[in-house]
Amino acid sequence: MVYRIKFFKLLLVLFVFLSFTKSSFAVNPSEFVQITVNEASSILGNNYSKEEKINKLKEIARRTVDIKGIGYYSLGAYRKNISEDKKKEYLNIFEKYFLKSFSSRLAEYTDPKIKVNSEKKLNQKYTMVSSVLVATDDKPEIKIDWRVNTKNPDNPLIIDVVIEGVSLAKVQKEEFNSIIQNNDNNIDALLLSLKEFSKE
Amino acid sequence: MKKILLFILVSILFSFSNVSAGTDGENSLSKNDTKQVKDCFEGLNRGIFAFNQGLDKVIFKPVSKVYRSLPSPIKTGTSNVVNNLSNLVTVPNNILQGDYRTAGKNTVRLLINSTVGVLGLFDVASAAGFSDYQKEDYGQTLGAWGVGEGCYVVLPILGPSTVRDATGSLISMLGGDPWYNITVANDTQYVNEADYYVSRVSSAVDFRAKNIDSFNNLEKNSIDFYASVKSLYLQDRKQRILNSNKIIDTQDDSDWEEIKTN
Repeated sequence: MVYRIKFFKLLLVLFVFLSFTKSSFAVNPSEFVQITVNEASSILGNNYSKEEKINKLKEIARRTVDIKGIGYYSLGAYRKNISEDKKKEYLNIFEKYFLKSFSSRLAEYTDPKIKVNSEKKLNQKYTMVSSVLVATDDKPEIKIDWRVNTKNPDNPLIIDVVIEGVSLAKVQKEEFNSIIQNNDNNIDALLLSLKEFSKE
Repeated sequence: MKKILLFILVSILFSFSNVSAGTDGENSLSKNDTKQVKDCFEGLNRGIFAFNQGLDKVIFKPVSKVYRSLPSPIKTGTSNVVNNLSNLVTVPNNILQGDYRTAGKNTVRLLINSTVGVLGLFDVASAAGFSDYQKEDYGQTLGAWGVGEGCYVVLPILGPSTVRDATGSLISMLGGDPWYNITVANDTQYVNEADYYVSRVSSAVDFRAKNIDSFNNLEKNSIDFYASVKSLYLQDRKQRILNSNKIIDTQDDSDWEEIKTN
């Protein structure tokens, strides 16, 4: 009888432990953004060389940013009219372009302090996380919102950054679309520009 | 004559766009308006953009760098003075948008900073609790009334704009800006034309100096700088017209719906 009670107790403990462990894998979007920006901030505030900073930032971006999703979004309506092979080629070049552009933009900053305030679930796929870049002596507070792709709740990914109402993904989309439109709707012109930019 | 010119301009503008009267500043038209703003004169705009960039490299950027190296009190004082003057346009626009509470607040700001703050040099009002100041102009008011942007235009020296916003600037010069009225339009014995232009140039240099790193960064990382600036300008104007801090109002979510991710 005593063994049976011990066995049930053990089962109960195991059940509670497993349930807790399972739920802890589903990452809260706000925490995810705060942890990600803290990680980036600590790299920027460290005494690494610019090259080292860029490489470490690229590594963070590969883990936390939905590069493929941004790539598709940036193509706008053109993504519907290109072949699968072209899509693959584009995504491949886009990743290199994105990582270079992203890390180079961030590497200019030194130890930014970002405070996450709230989040709003838009639908099953997306949650907006609201934060501020804390004001310094010479710079005012800046509002930064993060669009987080929560399609896979265990692995949320950042898909857009909205600074004071300006969506960086949208800026990129309009930039890409402008290049395609000004080259007789030929996506190869965009691929060429992206390759040029991504050259080391 | 000025009234006739203004009437013609506004008529042209209205012919470009849809108008919905009786809105509350967060009108449904602005919220749901996701259509692209047309770049009707892209060739010409790109030419003027290149000219402005040249001008920026030769004049504004070097001047802004020198300005940035000035002692902090001088920069803060300059920024405070031009901000305080902008209240003269902001207050009538607060009223035109039906935001009387903010109009009252900004009038008190203007009075405090112009007197206790020594002609706006010190931002005493912010310290007294009037801190969340947001500039408004006639272009924003037209937008809040439901007037569409019209075509995107790049103005020589002044930079990116739209037909609506350029009309807003004209309204300022045709009597809507009290500071312009008492300096350029009607010289008084206290202030004259030079004071107006000094204040405008100071405002431009102050803005350029504050954004020097951001612009450098954007230019360095853009593959079509013209298109990036255009997108930034249009999104920023839309956000200013909405006067909203809501985080989902900035975009059309359907844009994202069909994206295959992960």
